Amino acid sequence: MALGPYASFVLTSYLLAAVVVAVLIGWIAIDYRGQTRRLRDLEQRGVVRRSGRSATEIR
Amino acid sequence: MLIACRTGYHYKAHDHYQGAMKLIDTLTDLANPSRFLALTTRVLPWLAALTAVVLAIGLYQSALAPDDYQQGATVKIMFIHVPNAWLSMFVWGVMSIASLGTLVWRHPLADVAAKSAAPIGAAFTFLALVTGSLWGRPMWGTYWEWDARLTSVLILFLMYLGLIALWRAVEDPSRAARAAAVLTLVGALNLPIIKFSVDWWNTLHQPASVMRMGGPALDRAFLIPLLVMAIGFSLLFVTLHLAAMRNEILRRRVRSLQMMQASQTSEASQAGAVANDSMRDQGALKPTIGTA
Repeated sequence: MALGPYASFVLTSYLLAAVVVAVLIGWIAIDYRGQTRRLRDLEQRGVVRRSGRSATEIR
Repeated sequence: MLIACRTGYHYKAHDHYQGAMKLIDTLTDLANPSRFLALTTRVLPWLAALTAVVLAIGLYQSALAPDDYQQGATVKIMFIHVPNAWLSMFVWGVMSIASLGTLVWRHPLADVAAKSAAPIGAAFTFLALVTGSLWGRPMWGTYWEWDARLTSVLILFLMYLGLIALWRAVEDPSRAARAAAVLTLVGALNLPIIKFSVDWWNTLHQPASVMRMGGPALDRAFLIPLLVMAIGFSLLFVTLHLAAMRNEILRRRVRSLQMMQASQTSEASQAGAVANDSMRDQGALKPTIGTA
């Protein structure tokens, strides 16, 4: 696959898209871990939902 | 005969009614955040896998697509640029429907959906702008031109950033939701301007070549990879959006538990103060200040 004289423009576009998508996925994954950790900490301190169900239980 | 027709009509109407009721039941079920979380947990791994497969096929087809006789290999930028440009508008459309859900139907998950979609839409718009700029430099001889299409998409990007800032500025999610919903619906006026800017004004940007009257103007060799990549990016949006909505629901649970904890602490300290006062009144507890 020869990209010719404008290879840098094509490769930069694909690389940038990959980086932005990776950042989005990473941000969402880190946020999920952070929220579940906070919920677990609160439950360990005895703070529970009014329903009595676990806040981290999502099944 | 008339009775038979009427009876048949009534049966059909009854079927439609039952179908509508089922749809309402499903939406009502999903309005429950716990049920939504359970569904998301089941669906997300499959959706992520499907997204990865479709994007892999799309990238493979994009790599094998021939060079354009005028643009050469830079035509490959189209397979990234166009899906992101479509999604930048589609995501705002999703947010607008969610905003109606917040203001009109007061659906409990509507503002969660709108808030979670904004950063993803901003990322797609950013990619559309930057890849368009990288495509424009070799083809137009410039990275940027203040023409109607480019400027209206830049405004869309700034509106995404404004919405994210608004969500972060207002602490109470329900107050932020109403303000953001109004801003989103006003911003939706920009969508037809973006779409038809290339027809209404004389722009450097080319007119529509896929979604246009008379069918796509693209050759199949470019159209098929483009559509596969568009499906792949759309699946990526759905996957990321569901995951971000799940995070937002958990964030609100954290907030409500923290508020509950704060109120319990303040109630306990008040109860302690009242108990101390009553003991002091009975002479059981001597004041500590000034006794040393």
